[in-house]
Amino acid sequence: MADLAQATQQRAARTRWLLLAPALVILLIAASGPLLITLVYSFLTPGDYGGVEWQFSVDAWFNVVMQRDIFDDTLGFSDAHLSIFARSVKLSLMTTVLCLFFGFPTAYFIATRPKKQRDLWMLLIIIPFWTNLLIRTFAVVELVRNEGTVNTLLLWLGVIDAPIQMLYTEFSILVGMVYVYLPLMVLPLYAAMERLDFSLVEAAYDLYATRFQVLRRVIVPLVKPGVVAGSILVFVPSLGAYVTPRVMGGGNQLMIGNLIELQFGQGRNWPLGAALSITLLGIVMLALLLYVRAAGSEEPHRG
Amino acid sequence: MCVTVAISARKLRKVYPGQPPVVALEEATIDILENEFFTLLGPSGCGKTTLLRLIAGFEHPTEGTLTMHGEDLLALPPHKRPVNTVFQNYALFPHLTVAQNIAFGLEMLGKSRAEITRTVDEMMELVKMTQMADRQTGQISGGQQQRVALARALAPKPKVLLLDEPLSALDFKLRKDMQLELKRLQTETGITFIFVTHDQEEALAMSDRIAVMSAGTIRQVGGPRDIYDQPAERFVADFIGDTNFLPAEITAFEGDSIQTRLSSGKTVKARGHADVKQKGKVTLAIRPEHASLASEDEGLLAGTLGEIVYFGTDTHYHIALDDGTGFVVRRQNQPEIKAAYASGQRIGVRFGDDVAQVLRD
Repeated sequence: MADLAQATQQRAARTRWLLLAPALVILLIAASGPLLITLVYSFLTPGDYGGVEWQFSVDAWFNVVMQRDIFDDTLGFSDAHLSIFARSVKLSLMTTVLCLFFGFPTAYFIATRPKKQRDLWMLLIIIPFWTNLLIRTFAVVELVRNEGTVNTLLLWLGVIDAPIQMLYTEFSILVGMVYVYLPLMVLPLYAAMERLDFSLVEAAYDLYATRFQVLRRVIVPLVKPGVVAGSILVFVPSLGAYVTPRVMGGGNQLMIGNLIELQFGQGRNWPLGAALSITLLGIVMLALLLYVRAAGSEEPHRG
Repeated sequence: MCVTVAISARKLRKVYPGQPPVVALEEATIDILENEFFTLLGPSGCGKTTLLRLIAGFEHPTEGTLTMHGEDLLALPPHKRPVNTVFQNYALFPHLTVAQNIAFGLEMLGKSRAEITRTVDEMMELVKMTQMADRQTGQISGGQQQRVALARALAPKPKVLLLDEPLSALDFKLRKDMQLELKRLQTETGITFIFVTHDQEEALAMSDRIAVMSAGTIRQVGGPRDIYDQPAERFVADFIGDTNFLPAEITAFEGDSIQTRLSSGKTVKARGHADVKQKGKVTLAIRPEHASLASEDEGLLAGTLGEIVYFGTDTHYHIALDDGTGFVVRRQNQPEIKAAYASGQRIGVRFGDDVAQVLRD
């Protein structure tokens, strides 16, 4: 009797593992596998024509933040890499803040439309998202380049005498990234706001709250999950962005993504590229940790 | 006693645009007095909630004026009106505790920390929620949420408290308790309460005055007794309590009394509002408990006794009158009264002078 029960249990366990197998295989191949390869490569020696030599080395990791002067062999921080890290974090943070700045009113606007209209407004937000990223980026290029829409218009209006150099600056990267990632902010914000009970907004008005106080004391705390989700969704891909800084920055204003690509391409330094990739992962995880902790501790104090 | 008008509406009208436009409120003219428990009573869609939201400032009227103690209310946004609302679904802030909810209005008014703490304690005492101060609003029962909503609205000491069907979500027993509680709070605080309900019993039990509304119009305003005993028109008589309607004809006016002839040819004196001046065919309203049974010849009206329904406290006798109308007589059950009537027998209906009410057409 006990044997039978045990056998049934064993069979059930086996079936369970068998059913889980596809998911586990995918996880292994798609998530852990590449990460593991990247980690291993970062400790190897670069091959002459790309690829890696199977020889242990920590040079790649060393080169992430340090560099040896080619003339006097002295050791120093790699200013180029550090400034790229700083620029990446700065631009990603600014992108997130600007997306929140534009996305919040947008989501609020849509959430306060009559139910029938909301889907249409959301569609307008989502449609650009269906377009190829490169094409969307080039659309922004057309807008900000020297002979582009903005400059032409300003020249025609007589506001400026010569076109403003906007393309290939940090500004243009920022414009491009905000445009590209805005839907990722609007979607979770809208989802949170749609669930918002607007009688709470009325109740706050009724209790002498001004418009700004209603926003700060009632709406923002209630849609905070949406703000957190949207910020993460925008910040993470911004930090690793490759296409937008490449097109809008024109190779002058590199971000981490471009630096990594460079190592795997012209740089022929795969181990450094791998080490940089893992550094990026580290930065993202650190940033998220700090952010989630900050967002969590903002819980309203108990009075 | 000096009576001050708290809220005064003149020809207040609210039309929602659309195809076709919806008239939510039709020229409401009404005075609500200071320190009174005023009820807006009517079926759903009668405009009572619209009127309340106009006073709160959540809606703007299409036409008309609205003043509070002579001051124009319409010029003020909701957060500047000295009016607070208890919402139907309570609308408590889910991210705040009970105490924080009650403190919200005071904080927005910029009161000092000490005053806020004192008032919040006072309010929690008033609604008996002191033990629950630090609970999240999701962790308390419906009745308790109701109390918190009341305390939150009362805390800033508004001149007028608006209550939008606040008891409709509570079960029967709790509702009875809260009716008494609300009446007590109104007396203790001396604040004008404007209470919206569709429950006529609730309205009669709690109000100082009632405005009966239907289809966007205020039909009649008066004390519970006036409304019940002297309904001005058919809708009011029908909506509040049970009523018998009888066809009759006015034959003469004698001072306050109106001489009417019933379908049986017999005459009886009736009451009517001052604006009933025309002789001719009218409808009379008689409450079932104001009429009594009699023998066929003694009664004012004759008919055949139909169903006899026993309700414990009283018995309802359904009678088919000879003119075709139905009539119900309600008789209180006393131990000494034996069931003297049988279904199917001929019977008379009797009521005294000045009992029947002449309705406006």
